[in-house]
Amino acid sequence: MPPILELKGITKQFPGVLANDHIDLELNQGEILVLLGENGAGKTTLMNILYGLYQPDEGEIFIRGQRVEIHSPSDAIRAGIGMVHQHFMLIPVFTVTENVMLGAESVKVGDILDRESAAKRIREISTKYSLEVNPDDYVRDLPVGVQQRVEIIKLLFREADILIFDEPTAVLTPQESDELFEIMRSLVAQGKSIIFITHKLREVMEIADRIVVIRRGQVVGETTPAEADKNALAAMMVGRQVNLTVKKKEPQPGELVFKVENLIVADKFQNIVVDDVSFEIREGEILGIAGVQGNGQTELVEAITGLTKIASGSITLLGQNISNAAPRKITELGTAHVPEDRQSVGLVLPFPVAENLVLCTYYQAPFSKGIILQYDAILEHAEKLIREFDIRTPSALTPVSTLSGGNQQKVIIARELSRPIKFLAASQPTRGLDVGSIEYIHKCIIQKRDEGCAVLLVSPELDEILELSDRIAVMYRGKILAIVPNKGISKDYIGLLMAGIIPEEPIQLSGETEIEVTF
Amino acid sequence: MTEQAQGKIDFGQQVLKEINEPTPEGETHKRSFWSTISIPLLAILTGLIIGAILIAATSPTVWAAFSESIWQGFGQAFTEIGKAYGALFTGSIADPAKIVNAISTGDPRDIRSAVNPFLESLVQATPYIFSGLAVAVGFRSGLFNIGVEGQLFIGAACATYVGYAVTGLPAYIHMPLAFLAGALGGAIWAFIPGLLKAKTGGHEVINTIMMNWIAFRLTEWLLSGPMTRPGSGGMPLSPLIQDTAKIPQFFASPIRFHLGFFIALAIAWLINWLLFKTTWGLNLRTVGTNPRAARYAGLNTDNSIMIAMAISGALAGMAGGTQILAVNHSMALGLSSGYGFDSIALALIGNNTPIGVILASLLFGTLRNGATRMMVVSAIPIDIIDVIQAIILIFVAAPAIIRSIYHLKQPKVEETQVFLSGWGGK
Repeated sequence: MPPILELKGITKQFPGVLANDHIDLELNQGEILVLLGENGAGKTTLMNILYGLYQPDEGEIFIRGQRVEIHSPSDAIRAGIGMVHQHFMLIPVFTVTENVMLGAESVKVGDILDRESAAKRIREISTKYSLEVNPDDYVRDLPVGVQQRVEIIKLLFREADILIFDEPTAVLTPQESDELFEIMRSLVAQGKSIIFITHKLREVMEIADRIVVIRRGQVVGETTPAEADKNALAAMMVGRQVNLTVKKKEPQPGELVFKVENLIVADKFQNIVVDDVSFEIREGEILGIAGVQGNGQTELVEAITGLTKIASGSITLLGQNISNAAPRKITELGTAHVPEDRQSVGLVLPFPVAENLVLCTYYQAPFSKGIILQYDAILEHAEKLIREFDIRTPSALTPVSTLSGGNQQKVIIARELSRPIKFLAASQPTRGLDVGSIEYIHKCIIQKRDEGCAVLLVSPELDEILELSDRIAVMYRGKILAIVPNKGISKDYIGLLMAGIIPEEPIQLSGETEIEVTF
Repeated sequence: MTEQAQGKIDFGQQVLKEINEPTPEGETHKRSFWSTISIPLLAILTGLIIGAILIAATSPTVWAAFSESIWQGFGQAFTEIGKAYGALFTGSIADPAKIVNAISTGDPRDIRSAVNPFLESLVQATPYIFSGLAVAVGFRSGLFNIGVEGQLFIGAACATYVGYAVTGLPAYIHMPLAFLAGALGGAIWAFIPGLLKAKTGGHEVINTIMMNWIAFRLTEWLLSGPMTRPGSGGMPLSPLIQDTAKIPQFFASPIRFHLGFFIALAIAWLINWLLFKTTWGLNLRTVGTNPRAARYAGLNTDNSIMIAMAISGALAGMAGGTQILAVNHSMALGLSSGYGFDSIALALIGNNTPIGVILASLLFGTLRNGATRMMVVSAIPIDIIDVIQAIILIFVAAPAIIRSIYHLKQPKVEETQVFLSGWGGK
């Protein structure tokens, strides 16, 4: 029997980048194939070609041995290919049934929507594949994990046999991820075939039947979880040996640097998004804030750095009350802020590297005299930081927009960490970066801690939190549910807190903590 | 290191080049320079070609010739186009025959009148430079100042008032004072929408349009009421300004070439310096390019909006002031031939750089000036110039059209920066 899907010699050239370089790929009926690679390796391009969003420059696609041309997503759907996007394509104010029907509406006589029969099919699908969903619920009321199930049902409703999951666990708690894996196993058991795109090694080892590793647009290896271990996979992915764990000394907490008391922040619709949050951070200590994205972490950091007004409570930095202070004042007191969204907040993309490196300090000596900018000093400063932080850029005058994501982040890290700082607020500092950059940025953060800086680290990547933090706070729906020292706590414990469940035993000690860097 | 050395020579221009054409390897500045100016140049060329077709297509003599035979038709079409564009050239630059004649006689009066068309084009370009800069400063700061026309009228009214009502001052004080009054008037008029945007979020496009109408009606009332010329019989016309307030013209009448042109160039240099060499400029450009990053960096975006609008309005006011003080010497309602609206096109064609605005203004001034003679010589309506300007603007604003006509390569990286972040932007 031919493989259900076969890609032969797929090549896609973007200006300046060979995103896919003669990629061959086979997917067999009933298997879970993991496509592993760093961000920018070409996984998503390949899947977009398969889904008809891009046209390949070269190469052919075969389904069940038949050559097919896929020019649009509707061609792909007709060929039995379905994709679960990282960001859901659901309409919140529609019910599950309506969302599933959308684009494949079944009608009764006279163009009246036939909701009943659609709902019936959804129930059938959900029992067959153990995808628990109530067809009459509104999508906006569903937790993220269930919304993802609706996405999967959408594909099954259209009778897709080949399912592509693009980084599906990014928005899930560890428990929800486990449930998703159960669902995926049940899908393949009933004859579906799955391509699973990820860069998280733990998931690969857990779910894959077969692993294909992509680096710089090429297939660099194929293996199975039985044959490979995480270190080997990481090395394949990056092209060199990598250190999966950061060495760090015991924390030496000193004076109290930063303190938040009973902080309440409301969004523009007057919803409480940060709800009565209190914590403190000392010199030489990293407090990690864990939590699924969208549980108030963003607003918390914005409030701390002066970008959002607070409703009540107080924020104290080095003994000074900085509640509702201007961002510049907070910066001048010795705060560094690595923002969550580097491209739209942290950088001015069309500006050259040199100007971005003085974004927060351009008005001070030696970068300006009076109102006149001293470009000599600005360039000298830029050259120095480019060398020190190994920013890969053709020159200090190159616009930041042309740098890779990792190098853009290095520009921010260089700018923020090169100042004399007492407090570092880092929000998702390694989101979407390659392994090399992650290693480097983690090292920088640890180094700042060891120099006596108080660090607030916010990340939805639990592994990153466990890796770096000295203490861990878990945020859920705007509240901090618990703050625990990062010593011998299990991932499950944090995972339950992330899901809003406070475990009965305060800390479940697991013999050995297994810690890894997320990729 | 060569990069750095060049940077020391002229960082501002270097940076701009980089902004307009980011080249991943930082290579070949020559090519990036060419690709920066190729679109406007080809747009102008295409505009002139389409203008030529329109001239031929709307000429009755061409149609008559076509009814004789096709060849006669084409011949007549080329004659008409040649006549029209010939007149455009002699009317805006110079008549070569006249130049030769003037040089051979050596009479300074002949020489002056031979070069007058060119000087008159500079006169026409002067208000364009000011108003084009006004829009460009707005765009650089993320604001779409569509109210330049209104600010120009208010600036003109203020300059006029100081020009005729203040007496007894020496020229070296009175003239700058009247000029600055014009700038101040424009600045205040633009500051109001700036304030509204910063404090209430009211969109500057709507508010500057509203302010335009208020300005038009206000000047109408001023000119027919408080500022009317005694004995004008109710005509909306101001008194003549004092001689001490006049911006000097260099030659005797009818040559109107005046100092204002050089003031415009100096102001353009000043704006370039302000935008690209000072903390204020970096501040404005950061807010204009990425307001969220500006807030993150601790900049006061509200102040930046108000300052940018005031500077933009001051430039618009200078446009009106110069026209009064150097050319008209009194204010009437037909002060502007739509400078404030053409200026949006100028800023776009000039890619929001002062040097680009100057070049675009020279082009528009030349076209405007030559059009008058073209109308006299070949009876082609002056409106054809509006059409040509509009076509050029369309091509500049939609470079994809020019690229497909001339098979230019798509630039590697998005070359246009966001001009209109004000539209629905944050």
